[in-house]
Amino acid sequence: MEAIYLSFILMLAIFLGFELIAKVPSTLHTPLMSGSNAISGITVVGAISAANSGSPDLAVWLGTGAVALATINVVGGYMVTDRMLAMFKKKG
Amino acid sequence: MMQNLNIDLLINLSYIAAAVLFVLGLKKLSSPATARKGNMLSAIGMLIAIVVTLLNEIKLPWENIIAGLIVGALIGAVAARRVEMTGMPELVALFNGFGGASSLLVGLAAVFVAGTSTFTNVTIILSILIGGVTLTGSLIAYGKLSEKMPSKAIQFTGQQVFNIGLVLAILGSSIMFCLQPSAESPWLIAVIGLSLLFGIMITIPIGGADMPVVIALLNSYSGLAACAAGFVLSNNLLIVSGSLVGASGLILTNIMCKAMNRSLSNVLFSGFGATKVSSAKVEGEVKPISAGDAFLILEAAQNVCVVPGYGMAVAQAQHVVRELSDHLEENGCEVQFAIHPVAGRMPGHMNVLLAEANVPYDQLVEMDDINPQMANMDVAIVIGANDVVNPAANEDEGSPLYGMPVINVNQARTVFVLKRSMGSGFSGVDNPLFFGDNTRMLFGDAKESISHIVGEFKG
Repeated sequence: MEAIYLSFILMLAIFLGFELIAKVPSTLHTPLMSGSNAISGITVVGAISAANSGSPDLAVWLGTGAVALATINVVGGYMVTDRMLAMFKKKG
Repeated sequence: MMQNLNIDLLINLSYIAAAVLFVLGLKKLSSPATARKGNMLSAIGMLIAIVVTLLNEIKLPWENIIAGLIVGALIGAVAARRVEMTGMPELVALFNGFGGASSLLVGLAAVFVAGTSTFTNVTIILSILIGGVTLTGSLIAYGKLSEKMPSKAIQFTGQQVFNIGLVLAILGSSIMFCLQPSAESPWLIAVIGLSLLFGIMITIPIGGADMPVVIALLNSYSGLAACAAGFVLSNNLLIVSGSLVGASGLILTNIMCKAMNRSLSNVLFSGFGATKVSSAKVEGEVKPISAGDAFLILEAAQNVCVVPGYGMAVAQAQHVVRELSDHLEENGCEVQFAIHPVAGRMPGHMNVLLAEANVPYDQLVEMDDINPQMANMDVAIVIGANDVVNPAANEDEGSPLYGMPVINVNQARTVFVLKRSMGSGFSGVDNPLFFGDNTRMLFGDAKESISHIVGEFKG
């Protein structure tokens, strides 16, 4: 049942994603990519649980590595996106 | 028991809040005026998700987690501050790779948790597989973009057969692992190794000019990898965010493919940059012009459109181009920048470079909006672009570019083409634009040529 429930969420989210992204103007496609990079760093949330599962040492270290990598994405992605978006100015 | 329930509820509520903030953030990205606020909302959502997850997970060994967070944040912050805007494609490629690596590790860590269902095992394999492909694929893309390795398409005979064999081997190993899942399974190591190899194999046959498609596709993979990790951990927030990113990457990939009039499979498997197809012979005379003469024509112009390409980024000419545009506007001329969807090395690359040089975003015009006005343009200035302004795409049915939408600069009264020499573009296709009656070639370094014209305006 869980598989069905998770797939249900997946389907809805994909459709929502298509609707949202289709409205982003091409001017902002680079910030869109770096911003969505930051969002895909959400794996950090999963990585934290994985690192903490209380299982063997190796799993803990794998999880810690995952936390570090995903955090690079989150912090780097949001900061560089903000830096870019700050440069977009209107005329006058 | 009661307390556990409450904590679960709190976590899930805050995950909902985070998902809402991500969605709102993307929604605000629909206009440059609200985009920065949107990015902030999205970041707040991320902060909530991370903090709440941390609160729940404070048992041993939380030192590890904190250390991971600090190291990651430092590296990310330094990279984000240091990167040049011309280097954005490399940075995004690298970040995609980290996202993939992270999912790979989460999948691996989950293998050690005993007593998982077949469904979970399938998702673990998916997480490892997509994560691995994203990791090595992105690293190769990074290597090509930063020119640490040749950006040419690498092809060899039997490549297709090899890749099909690779896919079958991955499928076989995955099935064997799921039948007998264990952390010591040799099939697990096989899946990891093969997916890493597969990531390399699908990226090396792609040439430099097709890079925008590849980064967009890898962006999508990094989202799907997060999605798969979400299935492994039964975490809704990962699934929702992963699919948003996956959808974003797919849409961009589609836009890039359309702008090149090629299907995705054609981009991925045919290695356009490698095959030179000789088309109809282009005949005519090339008419060079000096910067001084170009100035005289520009001084009299009422409508000018600038068509930038990757060459502008290479010559670092965006700042002098903006200066030229300022002088032209002072002179009572209307200046627009025409941006082709695949100009540059990633979607929207030119827009960011021009924004960095303080060109207002309302002056940046998409191809479909500029083309109808092209006949009214006194001068079209092509800077470091080639294939995206090639009229053969409209006229010559024998051209490999035929059918690709291009910016019709040849309809302007006069066209200036700034170019180092008479070489052809990435596609290796001749450009009849250079031989047009209304075309004047301004040879030399784009930055120097434009500085010279700007100098004339000043003096």
